[in-house]
Amino acid sequence: MYVREARPQTGSFEDLAMPLFDQLYNFAHWLTHDRVEAEDLVQETYAKALRGFSSFAPGTNFRAWMYRILRNTFLTTRTGLKATSTVPLDTDDEGPELAVTPETPETILLERANQQLVREALEELPPPFREILLLCEVEEMSYQEIGEALSIPLGTVMSRLSRARADLRKRLLPKLARG
Amino acid sequence: MGGELKACEPWKAQLGVYLDGELTGEEMRAFDAHVRSCPSCAADALAQVQMKRAVQVAGRRFTPSEALRQKIQRTVAVRSSRRTLSWQWAMGLALAGLLLGTALSLSYFGKSHSNDEAMQSEMADLHVAALASSAPVDVVSTDRHTVKPWFQGKIPFTFNLPELQNSDFSLLGGRVTYMEQSPGAHLIYQVRKHFISVLIFQERPGQERDRNGARVKSPAKAYSFNTETWSQDGLRYFVIGDTGEDDIHRLAELLKNAART
Repeated sequence: MYVREARPQTGSFEDLAMPLFDQLYNFAHWLTHDRVEAEDLVQETYAKALRGFSSFAPGTNFRAWMYRILRNTFLTTRTGLKATSTVPLDTDDEGPELAVTPETPETILLERANQQLVREALEELPPPFREILLLCEVEEMSYQEIGEALSIPLGTVMSRLSRARADLRKRLLPKLARG
Repeated sequence: MGGELKACEPWKAQLGVYLDGELTGEEMRAFDAHVRSCPSCAADALAQVQMKRAVQVAGRRFTPSEALRQKIQRTVAVRSSRRTLSWQWAMGLALAGLLLGTALSLSYFGKSHSNDEAMQSEMADLHVAALASSAPVDVVSTDRHTVKPWFQGKIPFTFNLPELQNSDFSLLGGRVTYMEQSPGAHLIYQVRKHFISVLIFQERPGQERDRNGARVKSPAKAYSFNTETWSQDGLRYFVIGDTGEDDIHRLAELLKNAART
């Protein structure tokens, strides 16, 4: 079981922001699918965050704030606009949680060889599902942090996460069957 | 058996929330007890934990280059030291003011001077960042009737752009930009071989204006760029580029005239 807690942070911009560099880049690359674009995105994020640091409220969650800037910046780029315009929004976000399907393929995911298949399935996910899974599983953010980073309410975090997991499982099944 | 599975449905629906550690203490204890006594939910919990770990490993995939790390580290360090110097300078001014018996007026001057400098520094950053980007503009068009509508719904205000037919300026396109988390329009113009950024934001409270509502500042230098900035009809305009003061001023006048129409 994972227990995560968002810790309020204080310190200089450099002290708070530089430890996030690797994970912000990883997230940016997943969003853009391109090294050059990811580098531009991370640079712009740091420049904006530095300029806006005076508006950051000390003691609140700095990591969620940085991710929100990165994501908002991404959404204004050519790739971001294309991604949001081609993927239908999950309009029934507030719907009920989905129960786990009985034929989950997780039990055969332990082998490292299957990591490539998981990556492929992650790549195929619609951007809103991919980003929320990355924030939850890779960054181990709390639901509250995810809500702050994506600017969505807590109920939407839960339902979107549930749908993202269901979608990932659905995409993995045929891949694993093919071996 | 079927009845047992049905009874487990509410638990299974909450399994993800449980494994994310997002239930309350009491809910968590109840869930722990149920999972220990229910083989079906225990198997699903194990499967979901394995899936979480698989995504965690697969998701940690991309590593930034050392060059990018150093570049950002330098930017962060330079800006921090610039801020420190600016702060020390303001403190020096305030101290001198105290010694001269004019503390109040000098401290006000120090503050507005530092605000202007910070704003010019931001303009220079936005200009350089746009030109250095692999995609300087998101709407690529020389037609103001294409560029202006593109911003609708993306920024919380509208603006007019000048007719450029009889001038040596050309519009290349625009992008949405941010200054201290406020969205604005970033337009890029070209004159001969030079690029000029025009940045438009909503005016913020506290920015003083003259009787005509226009706060026009004389051309200034910002980190080797020529700049001009003014407020008009609730909007703050910045024009910045590496071309001469005359070009910057002529484009500023075109924009002011367009805003009046």
